[in-house]
Amino acid sequence: MPTNNMTRLDPNSQAASKGLSDLSIRNLFIIPTIAFLIIFNIFPLLYSLGYSFTDFRASTNAPAKFIGLQNYRELLNDPFIWKNFSITAKYVLISVTGQVVVGFGLAMLLNRAIPAKGLITTLLLLPMMLSMAVVGLFWKLLYDPNFGIINYFLGLGKFEWLADPDVALWAIAIVDIWMWSPFVMLLSLAGLSAVPKHLYEAAEIDRAGNIYTFFRITLPLVAPILMIAIIFRTMEAFKTFDLAYVLSSQPTTELIAIRLYKMAFQEWQTGMSSAFAYIVLIMVVAITNIYVKYLNKVKAR
Amino acid sequence: MKRKMTGMLAGAAISALMATSAAAEDLVIFWAEWDPANFLQELVNEYEEETGISVTVETTPWADFQTKAFTEFNARGSAYDMIVGDSQWLGAASEGGHYVDLTDFFKENNLGEVMAPATVKYYAEYPGNSGKYWAIPAEGDAVGWSYRKDWFEDPAEMEAFKAKYGYDLAPPKTWAELTDIAEFFHRPDEDRYGIAIYTDNSYDAMVMGVENAIFSYGADLGNFETYEVDGYVNSDQAVAALENYKKLYSYTPPGWAKTFFVENNQAITEGLVAMSMNYFAFFPALLNEASNPHAANTGFFANPAGPDGDQFAALGGQGISVVKYSENQDMAMDFLEWFIKDETQKRWAELGGYTASAAVLESDEFRQATPYNEAFYQTMFKVKDFWAVPEFAELLTSANQRLYPFIVGDEGTAKETLDALASDWENTFKKYGRGQ
Repeated sequence: MPTNNMTRLDPNSQAASKGLSDLSIRNLFIIPTIAFLIIFNIFPLLYSLGYSFTDFRASTNAPAKFIGLQNYRELLNDPFIWKNFSITAKYVLISVTGQVVVGFGLAMLLNRAIPAKGLITTLLLLPMMLSMAVVGLFWKLLYDPNFGIINYFLGLGKFEWLADPDVALWAIAIVDIWMWSPFVMLLSLAGLSAVPKHLYEAAEIDRAGNIYTFFRITLPLVAPILMIAIIFRTMEAFKTFDLAYVLSSQPTTELIAIRLYKMAFQEWQTGMSSAFAYIVLIMVVAITNIYVKYLNKVKAR
Repeated sequence: MKRKMTGMLAGAAISALMATSAAAEDLVIFWAEWDPANFLQELVNEYEEETGISVTVETTPWADFQTKAFTEFNARGSAYDMIVGDSQWLGAASEGGHYVDLTDFFKENNLGEVMAPATVKYYAEYPGNSGKYWAIPAEGDAVGWSYRKDWFEDPAEMEAFKAKYGYDLAPPKTWAELTDIAEFFHRPDEDRYGIAIYTDNSYDAMVMGVENAIFSYGADLGNFETYEVDGYVNSDQAVAALENYKKLYSYTPPGWAKTFFVENNQAITEGLVAMSMNYFAFFPALLNEASNPHAANTGFFANPAGPDGDQFAALGGQGISVVKYSENQDMAMDFLEWFIKDETQKRWAELGGYTASAAVLESDEFRQATPYNEAFYQTMFKVKDFWAVPEFAELLTSANQRLYPFIVGDEGTAKETLDALASDWENTFKKYGRGQ
């Protein structure tokens, strides 16, 4: 952007008295950020791309040997990796759907005049302020079949939430839904409060039903902000590590982030894990792009 | 000016403090966070009293131990002078150039004779039978069993057991007896269960548990010299052992699907099970009334024999190595000279450490010092270990991926599981050019 379009520096300000031009101030803010981004993001990203074509193992002194696309070939032919991907996809679907339903539902309930609304909203936000590892540890106790409070209240006896391979992933998703629905609720509340009241009045005059009003007025107008919540939550759910790692070690709950961690920092397959990270990165970028395109379409409507 | 002066003085004071602390901490030993590390700190405090050289035992939780140690190695960091590393690390740490070669030290001090043979073989030597040594056996350990003496000695239980199985209820001598006893005491309606075994499929937890069965059934994981695995890890004996381990899982308490040493000790302290598998290093806590209300009624036994009389146990424990990147290697070697002395090893055992010194282990004083020392002594002469090759973690991952779905998820058969594991391991060895 040309400098003459920028807001002029107040000649009486301290910056001006030190002789800093608009350009200098802009650079002062931008250059450290760019440098930080290049050193800690771009450089490692490109460096690991290089490693992904080698057999490098950080735990040995052996030099990295170029092996072309072998790492990618091995990973994409490994049935366990595909299992990790399908587990992750299932987890993202359950978790994000649950968060949208619960979060949006809570926002609808709170989008009206109720006593102590501020306090209730604040209390509902508490779960997402906790640490993932702490949440994992205390839900592990809640789920415990011997003394856990969940089985006690639901009258489920010794039901094994985390030990049953078919249930464990759902159990983890429930915790994620509990923790992150407030985030969706918060964004939905912002969207709901921005819906012009006169639209509801007009619908009421036209004797439109609640369902019709919801699908024709509320949802379309909140959709763009809801999509942003979904994009954030999908990306986060896709890279979930701590919750699943703390709660269960079932093969049916081994998400890609867990497999990647084991490959990189327990097995020290540095080249192979770099390739794996790139495959995950490409997938996340692709999914996000689809969402963003859909978001733009929703906005255009 | 005054502010500037104050700042400079503060800076100088901090620098002086830092310099003092650096000088006071002469040697750092890195280990996992558990009781033996506290005992080692007590021991090395005595070294400081003798020599004036302070030694700090720095610890980290078990879950991070391998990752943190190798991250430091990979960075060629000098934060640790010595490390009490797992036996499986020998290949990775020696081939990676992270450990100092202790072969000469080993031979000069005749440690091959001084230390129990199994500890020399598994904690110190790599490759197997090469005569190259990278660690001094420090903390001997293996998997043993604790049990509820009061349940076993209850006359009504003894009578009912004899009527059902035709022999006396006593600590099991075979895996068949172990399974019978687990079945006998498994009474979910009374909130009482048969047995606690390792089922956590991270790192080596469940694999160590399964190894106890496989080794005692007379099978091996493979040929450690030729890297052949087909016909070893999937032999008929190994298949029978895995089937038995899975059977034991059906006698565990509810939710027993991610359990390791903490949960297995809890199974005893909470009065849940009749028998519990665990490393000997965790048994002191079971004799402490403060941590175990059933301490007076807790007994111990060695891993039982298999159907053909073979009796082995999975090896735990660690050796102490000097880190190649340490700036205090000479001091570290002096410390090791002190550590291997008979009187130091005796003191180590008195403090609660599991010495690997053959003389101390064989002494009546050691064997009678605690109710589990005799079982430990017997076990340390019949232990076997996992692969110690640099790619051991990949082998563990394959084992976890194959064994867990069979044991906990009830998928496939034992034969299919072990055939698939043999194939995975063959591919891994092929990838790294071993045995070709």
